[in-house]
Amino acid sequence: MNDLFTIPVILGIIYSGLRLATPYLYASIGEAFVQNSGVYNLGVDGIMLMGAFSGFYVGMKTGNLWWGLLAAMGVGLLMGLLMAVVSVTLKAEQGISGIGLYMFGLGLSSLLFKKTMTGVESISGFQPVRIPLLGNIPYLGDVLFNHNLLVYGAFLLVPLASFILYKTPFGLMIRAVGQNPQAADTLGINVDRIRYITVSLGGMLAGIAGASLSISLINLFQENMTSGMGFIAIALVYFGSWRPWGIMGGALLFSFVNALQLWLQVLGVNFPYDFAVMLPYAMTILALAISVRRAAMPDALGKPFERGEF
Amino acid sequence: MSTQVLGLDGRLPTGQMRIEEMRMIGIVKRFPGVLANDHVDFDVRAGEIHALLGENGAGKTTLMRQLYGLYRPDAGKILINGVEQHFNSPQDAIRAGIGMIHQHFMLVPSLTVVENVALGLKSSRGVLLDLDRVEKRVRELSEQYGLKVDPKAYVWQLAVGEQQRVEILKALYRGAALLILDEPTAVLTPQEVEDLFRTLRQMARDGHALIFISHKLHEVLAISDRVTVLRDGRVVGSRPTKETNKVELAQMMVGRPVILQYERSPAQLGEVQLAIENLVVGGDRGQDAVRNVSLEVHAGEILGLAGVSGNGQRELAEALAGLRPVKSGRILLCGKDVTHEPPGARIALGQSYIPEERLRDGTIKEFSVADNLILEDHHKPPFSRQIFLNFNAIREVSKRLVNEYNVKTPSVDTPVKNLSGGNIQKLILARELSRRPKVLIASQPTRGVDIGATEYIHQRLLEQRQAGTAILLISEDLDEIRALSDRIAVMYEGEIVGIVDGPSATAEQLGLMMAGVREGGQHHLEKIRL
Repeated sequence: MNDLFTIPVILGIIYSGLRLATPYLYASIGEAFVQNSGVYNLGVDGIMLMGAFSGFYVGMKTGNLWWGLLAAMGVGLLMGLLMAVVSVTLKAEQGISGIGLYMFGLGLSSLLFKKTMTGVESISGFQPVRIPLLGNIPYLGDVLFNHNLLVYGAFLLVPLASFILYKTPFGLMIRAVGQNPQAADTLGINVDRIRYITVSLGGMLAGIAGASLSISLINLFQENMTSGMGFIAIALVYFGSWRPWGIMGGALLFSFVNALQLWLQVLGVNFPYDFAVMLPYAMTILALAISVRRAAMPDALGKPFERGEF
Repeated sequence: MSTQVLGLDGRLPTGQMRIEEMRMIGIVKRFPGVLANDHVDFDVRAGEIHALLGENGAGKTTLMRQLYGLYRPDAGKILINGVEQHFNSPQDAIRAGIGMIHQHFMLVPSLTVVENVALGLKSSRGVLLDLDRVEKRVRELSEQYGLKVDPKAYVWQLAVGEQQRVEILKALYRGAALLILDEPTAVLTPQEVEDLFRTLRQMARDGHALIFISHKLHEVLAISDRVTVLRDGRVVGSRPTKETNKVELAQMMVGRPVILQYERSPAQLGEVQLAIENLVVGGDRGQDAVRNVSLEVHAGEILGLAGVSGNGQRELAEALAGLRPVKSGRILLCGKDVTHEPPGARIALGQSYIPEERLRDGTIKEFSVADNLILEDHHKPPFSRQIFLNFNAIREVSKRLVNEYNVKTPSVDTPVKNLSGGNIQKLILARELSRRPKVLIASQPTRGVDIGATEYIHQRLLEQRQAGTAILLISEDLDEIRALSDRIAVMYEGEIVGIVDGPSATAEQLGLMMAGVREGGQHHLEKIRL
């Protein structure tokens, strides 16, 4: 146990924690846009898998990771759009259609993987970029300012999303549509259009979340490599009470606990492996049960919008 | 209010151009199975308040939703200042200077007043919100029109009257020259109605054109310059308000003469049948919705419970019906403590309950008329023999009740959801009253019910009183409370503000109590309590 509380180990935990938080941030912030507009998309994990595959495959074939990232965004956007058609236009039960989308992404990404690759291959992903000056601060520079671009992007997304949601007319429309679509409708806001935009945007960000695994953190693709991260991302939206900063808090808490259990294993601390792996999930459920503010939940969440009867 | 007093440049105080005249000509709107508007002509001019009067389902709201761009007419034209308009969405109507205050407020509770006003508008700062500027303008408008409201408050913190002011400000901010008000008084206390009317009169003087939708005759007579009556989607007639009266308008609405005043004999008080002692009941959000309420209802009297919606009446009714747990206090039904008894035990003791939500709590809407009529007694003869239902008896009794209570239905096998609101209410009444209850809890018995059925239900309640039932009548309709009650208790924020004598209570006195003012209440209470 003594090995755990040395400075290098603590710095290591923080460093891996920040990296681990990256996919959750993209996926959860995307889902926050979706849910604030009154739709929930349970298919995040499926979109992440497709994003991870297309990012990896295109990046590998073209030799350019940026093309890979773009492909992941495009695929995510399309899957988001599909969800929007089903849940907004066709007004299907969102819980079911989201699970359908998840199964679709899981199945298709496995199929494509088997058809296009012979086995698990790895790729040289996005490399760390040390930020000038800040990167030279002793200890902190290494831990905070020596990451790859997708990690920085994830953390920049938080203030950006918060700004869009709370400081722009567009954000006001998103929140209004999620709370009282009838009211928005009477003010001439196109409820379905707003929801199409948010659900597609959420899909695109989930695509990036997937790519962040396959071309910037783990740098390989494997069947079902997310193993349910997309569902944790949805839980984090509730945990963060639908606010980007709150979501970041949840993502960090979860990721630090996860990093801690990884280091426990690395250091060979005598602690049952299975419990270690369970730890972050158990923590999340506990924190969720204690922290969730139902009052903050968008009133129209999960309810398709139709203009009232006469 | 002629056009001469208005400004000469054709502008409103908001700077917006006036709508001198709006005409709807030959409007037709169909919904599956319903002709909601049948060649309706309607017009309004700058400076006047034109009331649109009609029963629920007469097509008033449908007509106005077409003017506001929410529906498109199947036929007919809308002209503004002589120019034909085609509204594809509310945005088009707003641009043309039309504003609408909906019956159910169209506000986002989790946003502030200013945010609600700014919602959907272009910001002067492009992609950034410009709430400071909006706030300044909101303050100007609220000053100009006497619409007091705190621009920075969250909407969920505001009282109903304030929320309505926000709605009016929203429309004015968008430059509304013509304002449609859909049943604007339904949720207000009499004093708030007075404030609203003052604002409306000022707006008319300033050159706005106002359309006032209502089914309340005295309000229409008090506020409008002209009245147009709709019935079954058609215009029945149009009158200058000065040249008409309640009796004529009621007849136009219903299509036959209507009794507006009931004859009642003095109450023949019997024993206390329902006693409520220091009752505390929790609300949906954990707070106490009913706080220390004590009431007694005697056999042979109607005790009216008045109050603005959301002051604990619904929770009290549910607690009395056994549908909501009681935190403390006691309920005595015919002398027995039933505080923690389930609904079945209370029904067995002779209590009947007419719930507020007739489709959700009063009936099973997919079930037939006959099945709904035996909901409470299906396990007893003549409706069942041992473990079998007796279908012949069920049909026979159902047919008799449907006749006796005037329920208009194709047959007793018709699902209840296909009946109109008034007929569903008569069906519930038939089920509950045919059990000869000792105590009747009637919650909003005529809400959303047409005048004809309302009159019928009122007569039945008075008959029941005559027959010695103790009736607790819970209603937000002051006219109904005053027409039927022997005593009136007023509820405010979960407490009984006071109890007054029914026949002599005035609307003003009740209105003050509904706003929580206890003035004189104590004194009165002593005099009335028996």
